[in-house]
Amino acid sequence: MATKTLSPKSGAHFRLALPPLSGQLRPRLITVCTALASATFLAVAWAVSMGDFPITFTEALKAVVGIGDPGTLLIVQELRLPRAVVGVLVGFAFGLSGAIFQTMTRNALASPDMIGFTQGAGTAVVAGIVFGWTSTVSTQVLGLLGTFVMAALVYVLAWRRGTTGYRIILVGIGLQWMATSATDYLVARGMQFQAHAALGWLTGNLNGRDWSQALPLALTMAVLVPAALALGRLTRTLQLGDDVAIGLGTRVQFVRLALLVTGVGLVAFGTAAGGPIAFVALAAPQIAQRLAGTAWPPPLAAGLTGALFVVGSDLAAARLFPMELPVGIVTGVLGAPILLWLLIRANRAGSGG
Amino acid sequence: MIPELQAGGLQLAYDQRIVVDDLDVKVPPGRITAIVGANACGKSTLLRALARLLSPRKGAVELDGRALHSIPTRELARRLGILPQGPTAPEGLTVLDLVTRGRSPHQTWWRQWSKADEMAVHDALAATGIADLAGRAVDELSGGQRQRAWIAMAVAQGTPVLLLDEPTTYLDLAHQIDVLDLIHDLNRNEGRTIVMVLHDLNQACRYADHVIAMKGGRIVAEGDPADVITAENVAEVFDLRCQVTTDPVSGTPLVIPMGRHHTS
Repeated sequence: MATKTLSPKSGAHFRLALPPLSGQLRPRLITVCTALASATFLAVAWAVSMGDFPITFTEALKAVVGIGDPGTLLIVQELRLPRAVVGVLVGFAFGLSGAIFQTMTRNALASPDMIGFTQGAGTAVVAGIVFGWTSTVSTQVLGLLGTFVMAALVYVLAWRRGTTGYRIILVGIGLQWMATSATDYLVARGMQFQAHAALGWLTGNLNGRDWSQALPLALTMAVLVPAALALGRLTRTLQLGDDVAIGLGTRVQFVRLALLVTGVGLVAFGTAAGGPIAFVALAAPQIAQRLAGTAWPPPLAAGLTGALFVVGSDLAAARLFPMELPVGIVTGVLGAPILLWLLIRANRAGSGG
Repeated sequence: MIPELQAGGLQLAYDQRIVVDDLDVKVPPGRITAIVGANACGKSTLLRALARLLSPRKGAVELDGRALHSIPTRELARRLGILPQGPTAPEGLTVLDLVTRGRSPHQTWWRQWSKADEMAVHDALAATGIADLAGRAVDELSGGQRQRAWIAMAVAQGTPVLLLDEPTTYLDLAHQIDVLDLIHDLNRNEGRTIVMVLHDLNQACRYADHVIAMKGGRIVAEGDPADVITAENVAEVFDLRCQVTTDPVSGTPLVIPMGRHHTS
């Protein structure tokens, strides 16, 4: 066993004889992930037990696995649990997707809500509401279509002898504003009732979410999350720039397309289930990176941060304010100060952004 | 066995602009080759093609007789390394982490730190003299240290052929010599084939065994520095009048430019 400990910032390398596994352990990253997962679990437990009809913590946990009186079971299994599960899944999907795009483009501003994907979903859903398609097509399907069409447009328009992260950002920002303008136009020409429904969706909301939203998202994530985590290893060279990555034997265009498809899938199904919950995809990877002390957004920790962020914000939205707010308002209000605090602290410590 | 790198009938272009046309070149194995020439003469373009960063429009680059594009990129990355010009690392990335990433072409999903990886990283840090900086962030280093860290990454990759695009750019004179000495060691101690693009003719003469002088996408002259770096060739390649004497330290050609205000 040639285990070698180098600087704490880099973690320790390990090598096993059987099974023949070797790699790098980052103790701080593991601690951060464990803490985030525990906190998310507690937040979900709290969300399931708190409400107009209080249920004790143990009763709530029992009800989750199907033990308890019918009233408690109904409240927990059909009302509170699906909402919390959608919150966890959407948050995880957004956080992970943000980490993928920020790593792929080597730019912290390149989250899916900055480069048009989320706005594409918004335009499609609002068009559906205003033109009355929602009676035949669900907002979920419209949201998915909007995101995929937008992602395809960004990729095709950014293509010139291959894509670069920089062109994807520029094209994405351009298309984002076009989609936002189209959405604004649709809201303005819609009837008052339609405009209200459209704005409600655009804020991002977990209110009244049931298993029909949770299930498609859970199935998609069962495929995309392992794919994203597996692709994470290939981004280690991509983070050094395209030329270096090619020199190190990375198929840059293939990896970037695979990352794009995975990241778009996550954000598309996440948006379809929860609406475009603001700021999560941008902030969660950056918060996770600063918590874990890594030089890149760590994918798993970013997903967990996103999950805790959304569930925590939804709890705050329901409990802290005199009236129940949509979660999308709270994520911006809570997330921005956390990110700013981390940035300021990092600058003071001299470790930069 | 040192692989042979050569190219024939190369046409290299960016979109419609043809930079290099019908160029043949053979890199002497186990030696240091310097490519020199004026700005925009196609020297970096040629290096990028030799490193498969740019696909030739016509002709092919071959490693041991196999066209680069027919070799799987990971396999190629175990035999041919490239350090592009002015690479950037993510903020906060440690030197150790950067150098370790040079091992990527040798790693698999389950085996990411083999004994060979550990030795290659250790040796690369030692050879470049930055072992004591392993835990520092790359972006906090001085320009010379940073360039050493990147060269260490390329060294850890362990390729018998190493291509470097202007490895001394943006470095002060002392650091330039430092980096060139290091490259010289890599060649003499480990027998690696080195091809580098250099701006400074005198440094090319001192450190290279073989010089390729380019102008307008063509090779004007190539061979031993003493044969290539002559007043006539410098006049043709750089459009510059000069005198060439002998470097009192190394005995290689020393170019003394004249310009409009200083003539003999």
